[in-house]
Amino acid sequence: MVSQPATTQSAHDQLDSHVREMIAWHFSPATGCPFWLDWTRKVGWDPCKEVRSFNDLIARFSHFQDEWLRDLQPDVWVPAHYKGRPYNIFETGGTTGMPKQRIGWDDYKVDYEEFSSKLSDRHFPRGAAWLMVGPTGPRRLRLAIEHLANFRGSPCYFVDLDPRWVKKVIADKKFDQARAYMEHVVEQAATLLKHRKIAALFTTPKLLEALGEKMNLHETGIRGVFCGGTTMNPQTVRFLVEEVLGDGIGFYPTYGNTLMGLAASAPLRPEDKFSITYYAPQPRAVLRVVDPAQTERTVGYGEWGRVELTTMTKELFLPRFLERDEAIRRQPREPYAWDGVGEVRPFGAMEKTIVEGVY
Amino acid sequence: MPFDIPALRLGKAYTSLETTEVKDCRTGEVLARVSQVNSGIIRKDLAKIGESRRALKQVPSEKLIDICRVAGELFLNSTLPLGEGQSQTPRQYVETLSATSGLPFALVRRNMDKIAQVLGNMRRVLRGLTRSLDLSILDRGIGEHAGVRISFYPAAECLGVVMPSNSPGVNSLWLPAIALKIPVLLKPGREEPWSPFRLIQALMAAGCPAEALGFYPTDHEGAAELLRGCGRALVFGDQSTTAPYAGNPAIQVHGPGYSKILIAEDQIERWPDHIELIASSIADNGGRSCINASAVVVPKYAAEIATALAQRLGPVAPQPAADDRAMLSAFANPKMADAIDAMITEGLTAPGATEMTAIYRKGARKVAFEGATYLRPTIVLCESFQHPLANREFLFPYASVVEVPQTDMLGQIGHSLVVTAITRDMAFRQSLLESPLIERLNLGAIPTMQVSWDQPHEGNLFDFLYRRRAVEIK
Repeated sequence: MVSQPATTQSAHDQLDSHVREMIAWHFSPATGCPFWLDWTRKVGWDPCKEVRSFNDLIARFSHFQDEWLRDLQPDVWVPAHYKGRPYNIFETGGTTGMPKQRIGWDDYKVDYEEFSSKLSDRHFPRGAAWLMVGPTGPRRLRLAIEHLANFRGSPCYFVDLDPRWVKKVIADKKFDQARAYMEHVVEQAATLLKHRKIAALFTTPKLLEALGEKMNLHETGIRGVFCGGTTMNPQTVRFLVEEVLGDGIGFYPTYGNTLMGLAASAPLRPEDKFSITYYAPQPRAVLRVVDPAQTERTVGYGEWGRVELTTMTKELFLPRFLERDEAIRRQPREPYAWDGVGEVRPFGAMEKTIVEGVY
Repeated sequence: MPFDIPALRLGKAYTSLETTEVKDCRTGEVLARVSQVNSGIIRKDLAKIGESRRALKQVPSEKLIDICRVAGELFLNSTLPLGEGQSQTPRQYVETLSATSGLPFALVRRNMDKIAQVLGNMRRVLRGLTRSLDLSILDRGIGEHAGVRISFYPAAECLGVVMPSNSPGVNSLWLPAIALKIPVLLKPGREEPWSPFRLIQALMAAGCPAEALGFYPTDHEGAAELLRGCGRALVFGDQSTTAPYAGNPAIQVHGPGYSKILIAEDQIERWPDHIELIASSIADNGGRSCINASAVVVPKYAAEIATALAQRLGPVAPQPAADDRAMLSAFANPKMADAIDAMITEGLTAPGATEMTAIYRKGARKVAFEGATYLRPTIVLCESFQHPLANREFLFPYASVVEVPQTDMLGQIGHSLVVTAITRDMAFRQSLLESPLIERLNLGAIPTMQVSWDQPHEGNLFDFLYRRRAVEIK
């Protein structure tokens, strides 16, 4: 594991050196994948020569197109170094039609093992069981959560939730069906919590709220909740902390997806007024908050912009992918020496009604 | 400084991290920041609603009627709390509500009086709703009425209310619930937090148990939660808002009223006598109520009647909000005025309709005045009820005039919240009385806007909130 840089300058240096290493890896025939090697032949310039820093990367690469993950066979993304080693296929999206796929080997383990250091043993006692209530199936999350629990010496129970189905019934305005499905999921979770000793919970804000209405989570033995998946505005966070969890349960909001990994949140301080800031697992992934009209430039601190992700691991090179999210650009903050993204929500949320549904 | 209006969670002030702004429709100045609650808060509070009902039930009916009377006086005349450490005089209420809703002062005051009168006349209102039930039967749950043992039980532990922003007068509809011992959890209209908040403060100051009153500014999800979770609920809004709830027996829908004036053959020759009544039914309260007439149905003289109404209403123009003669309301949201204006212009391109007001108005329908947008009265003569503008309701003085043979009238008018039928023809009166399409029927020359305290207004709130059970005692 890379050690955490203490200052913004050392974080910059570390990132630039990581960029050089990753460019060399992905654009060398000995280690790179067919997609990027082909790409270099077509564009007619050599990233190994021209990209020496993260700023170079932003200047030279245009946005990664997510259709590539949908339209191409997964094999094109296999780096030569991993050839012959079977991979996991993780999916994202796919409410209708073909989902996008990312392949991987060990990245999720690296991400979640690093994240483990952010969890306190008081909230996530080592060896005590976890429960995940959320999307399993072809998602990276399911393996990642189980790995995280196992890494801490804990087993993990699962209750599945199919977000594609939920999105579909909500798009069809079948709200009763969506509600019935959510109750079905919450019922199963409540049953497990009643009959098994479980100390830690991974779920989404809505499901957490629904579970909290069914039972006193602290009394059932829950001590830590790791939450992610959808928008959490400050009022939602405050409600969850004050009225669903109470003082006895640690709350760890995260922002993550199949392409990035996992961005942890800085622990809340009173002056944050429940506004959460997430920090990408730099240098493996970098989040920038950019001006939607001019995506090469970042917005000022405290301003809203669109979230742009760059992932650089030995398994995946994904430059400048525009997420369907917007966020407030935030200052570096201990223990993170790089920019954060605050109050993430769907891109254009202020302009249109958000139908995020139950998950 | 804008007012910071909190939510009231079963009577307790709660300042949310999420607020919406209510602005002066002329200057754009922010006049209030309203705390918005998430739906989880509503569910959480609903879980404790039994305590609220118990607290309200303990107050004897007689006492509740008195609380309503005092609350009416406070609402009308007193300075009441508004936001943290802030308060509002009656005059400030009138001016602020006028600024944000576009209603001129005079109309706000008229609505204010109407609300205060409902509170002041609660005994008569309840007599109308309960058909003169001895209200102590609600205190005990059991009693005798006309020599018969009767028992009533509440159909729900509280009433959810999703309010509109168009006119403060509609608050009079939920007020009887408190006197009927049913707690009220209310979502105010986005642009009209003022009236419900002031009413709740008045009721609390008059001695109503605070936990029986909820004020929950919220989003669509929260509104849906109130409608679903309260057991009984009222929802106000246009067709698209209310359509999902139509046919749900736990939800009383207050959509467009499509109120009408019918003149029968026996009275039609006297039509000029009724022009003033028709004009006021169309234009009172700025034409914003669902009990405003939006169609005039006559067996003949449609063109003459439409012309006379156009002469009367066409020249009506915006006036300063503080002017007592002001009849028109500004649009808090100018986009709504744009949309309505466009719909009418579009409708007029379909053959069979003529706008009669155009020549008397001397100018456009949509006008800007003192920084706000207004729509001026519009009367459209339609050849048949099939015309797209014949049976429409808009948030300003608008009506169609349609010629329909008397024998076809009931077959064509469709659902109508209020019908004023000017006729003495007993056979026609009988068919009107038989019609399931009419919710409130005025027989004779009565404005559609006239409200009698002892007549259930829109749906009977008592029948909605209570059920009668058979009971035997040994």
